[in-house]
Amino acid sequence: MLKRKIQELMNEPACSVNQGKSTDERKKGCGKALVPGAAAGGCAFDGAKIALQPITDVVHLVHGPLACEGNSWDGRNSWTTGSDLYRRGFTTDLGNLDIIAGGEKKLYRAIKQAIQRHQPPAVFVYQTCVGALIGDDIEAVCKAASSRLGTPVIPVNAPGFAGSKNLGNRLGGEALFDHVIGTVEPSDAGPTDINILGEYNVAGELDQFRPLLTRLGIRLRTSITGDARYADVAAAHTARANMVLCSQALVTLARKMKEKWGIPYFEGSFYGISDTSDALRNIARMLVERGADPALLSRTEALIAEEEAKAWARLAPYKPRLAGKKVLLYTGGVKSWSVIQALQEVGMEVVGSSVRKATNEDKRKALERLGDDEEKLADAITPRDMYAMFKEGRADMMLSGGRSQFVALKARTPWIDINQERHHGFAAYDGMVSLVQQIDLSINNPIWAQIRAPAPWE
Amino acid sequence: MAIIVDQNKALSTSPLKISAPLGAALAFMGMNGCLPMFHGSQGCTAFALVMMVRHFREAIPLQTTAMNEISTILGGMDQVEQGLLNIAKRAKPSVIGVISTALTETRGEDMAGELKVIRARHAELADIAVVDVSAPDFAGALETGWGKAVTAIIRQLVVPAAPLPAMGKQVNLLPGCHLTPGDVAALKDIIADFGLEAVVLPDLSGSLDGHVPDQYVPTTLGGTEVAAVKSMGRAQLTIAIGEHMRFAARALEEKTGVPFLLLDRVTGLEAVDRLMVCLSNVAGVPVPARQRRARSQLVDAMLDGHFYFGGRAVAIAGEPALLSTYARLVSELGGRIAAAVTTQALPCLGDLPVERVVVGDFEDLEEQISDAGGCDLLIANSNGRQLAHRLSVPLFRAGFPVFDRLGAAQMVSAGYGGTRDLINQLGNLLMDCPGHNHEEHSHGHATAAAG
Repeated sequence: MLKRKIQELMNEPACSVNQGKSTDERKKGCGKALVPGAAAGGCAFDGAKIALQPITDVVHLVHGPLACEGNSWDGRNSWTTGSDLYRRGFTTDLGNLDIIAGGEKKLYRAIKQAIQRHQPPAVFVYQTCVGALIGDDIEAVCKAASSRLGTPVIPVNAPGFAGSKNLGNRLGGEALFDHVIGTVEPSDAGPTDINILGEYNVAGELDQFRPLLTRLGIRLRTSITGDARYADVAAAHTARANMVLCSQALVTLARKMKEKWGIPYFEGSFYGISDTSDALRNIARMLVERGADPALLSRTEALIAEEEAKAWARLAPYKPRLAGKKVLLYTGGVKSWSVIQALQEVGMEVVGSSVRKATNEDKRKALERLGDDEEKLADAITPRDMYAMFKEGRADMMLSGGRSQFVALKARTPWIDINQERHHGFAAYDGMVSLVQQIDLSINNPIWAQIRAPAPWE
Repeated sequence: MAIIVDQNKALSTSPLKISAPLGAALAFMGMNGCLPMFHGSQGCTAFALVMMVRHFREAIPLQTTAMNEISTILGGMDQVEQGLLNIAKRAKPSVIGVISTALTETRGEDMAGELKVIRARHAELADIAVVDVSAPDFAGALETGWGKAVTAIIRQLVVPAAPLPAMGKQVNLLPGCHLTPGDVAALKDIIADFGLEAVVLPDLSGSLDGHVPDQYVPTTLGGTEVAAVKSMGRAQLTIAIGEHMRFAARALEEKTGVPFLLLDRVTGLEAVDRLMVCLSNVAGVPVPARQRRARSQLVDAMLDGHFYFGGRAVAIAGEPALLSTYARLVSELGGRIAAAVTTQALPCLGDLPVERVVVGDFEDLEEQISDAGGCDLLIANSNGRQLAHRLSVPLFRAGFPVFDRLGAAQMVSAGYGGTRDLINQLGNLLMDCPGHNHEEHSHGHATAAAG
């Protein structure tokens, strides 16, 4: 069952990486094989949790031994404007005896207690390696619990050993498609409702573009799943268009929503100024094609003109402070190419960008913006080489995720977090200004001169 | 005397417990040139790694055997073999710790036996000490994994007694995982003050003290050398700190004949006095002037600070050793332990100056505090922040993980000086807040202010 699901996800016809592959390559599946002793990144369970945990008002219950939830709860930086139930960690904390006797009864009791205590609109139950290994059938337990307890209990079958974090993201999307979306009919569906897929409200980024949508009269039914309420996700099938943000995570969900409910989708990004504008244009176009007032198009253009002018004007003062600084961008997927443009606009030189998780289309766009210099695109840079780049002055700073931060910092080089633990939102027009502001604060901080100077006796 | 309550709930909410494999990995962080590896799914490593990175604000060398569905069914020894070879090639470590997880232990693998076979097959592993530790997530918690790793290092690396002549100046120190790199550094200083040389296992003060190396290092940045571990049989005495170090200390005694002294803590006047007497006896010198002065400073801090502790209600959540340390200190200063929550039902907790110790999570802590009519101060790891916010009481961050404060690694509570600083920090928090029942205490504050 799980195997079939994984096969299907690996074969996703709408995935642009897959479209560039031969049939044989596609069969091998996506993502590199995980190499023991040289692997990095989370497991499928981690990925499923990242994709679903931002649903704020439900209980996220992990069925496994302690580590899976105990070592990770409340550690992701998705913000909420409503309930904070999602910030509590719930787990069956399987012990020795549970593993011998089986954990299904314990899981049922845990679901029951969670519902009694918190009255959530739903409970999401996450399978883990150990739960799967001892043969606990979470789908059966969830089904029994749903019918006996009268609250939807959603099985998320993505045990860690199933594969990578990315696969887990997709399995999370599958759980929503199979069990959640389409189960609530809202009374207020309108002609300008949209969903945004693959957006997790990290550092409150939703509120860097939600107000723009509101000004255009567009309603975000739900983000999947940043700052989401269960009832809104369950009603997501009534939206008129879907935007897919992190294409490799949830494009399968978008395709299935199109097939089942006729919701058109496009892949876009809110990182970068022109990317934000393109995204708004695409949303407006799709809504008008599906019957929204055509005046939306001209209103969108007016808003774009106004916001772009404002953003570029706000970036201008940074040019003299940042011109000529060499920056290394080390992050996956969409963020690379869409951020390059903004950095170049303030006069920075992008000396390298990783395209580890990028699609061919991402790579093409990044390359275009880097003057077709293939050398600047790397699949992966080893920490040792990265360290040398900083020590030899080939890069003045790095934008990356937390994992590589110490390579830069220990080389006494400025670094900014642009991955999921970041503390500043970098989305849309305001976000890009905020990113450049953070870069300025970092690279022009007075500490660098002092800490790079040798001690007096050296 | 305390009653220990272990409810064994079906639903753990906002866990306090940190997993045993993470504790084992943390112990290996105190070995020099080390790169440990979890035998499990990628996620086992990723979660532990991220948590340690957030706590220490340092790069954490930790790898994974990246178990998949097929290797889970067929057995994971090929993954272990590949992992060892890759680590040996890429990082050239002197030590590799191979730590099992719930996944591989549920399946059941003979890691020790298979490792022998793997090592015999590969000459490139000959110069690397490979230590295997069985530390499944479903048994025990952070302390358990740490203790098991130290025991495994001792059993697998220490040279048995006979060939090693005793070195008059050497003592072994086995610090528990509740002690920070700062604590370990402070204890090393104290031991050096007596003219003794300490072999510390593990020594986080060499690796995770937060410093900037001159070059890129893919392994731990410092810590105990393998050669030093081998020579632990030369010591006169082993000092182990925290009940969870008892197994390791006993294993060392069995292997080398070096006797051990187990101290439940090294925080608090009487507790540090015991350490001083012990070191003075071993070294055959009187307690040095510097330590006598530090003691006097601690006595003064207790005089100045006790006003703010008297009658105040403090709630504590932590692993057994951490809970014991803080609960005893607070009650020695006149405070009352309103709630005590921990991760394991250990008999030694029965002696704590509290009514009951609950084995549980942050939800249990909330209930205990509510039953006690509130509290003035919460002592817990950073995961206590949501509760502290709900209760509007200050949170003093202690234990692991502390991810929303700077300097978690440098915080010192060991020795006279560490105790003095800790009393000042806790006292300041109590001074700041009038308390949940402040009329009762206003007289004490007025006296203190006038004094």
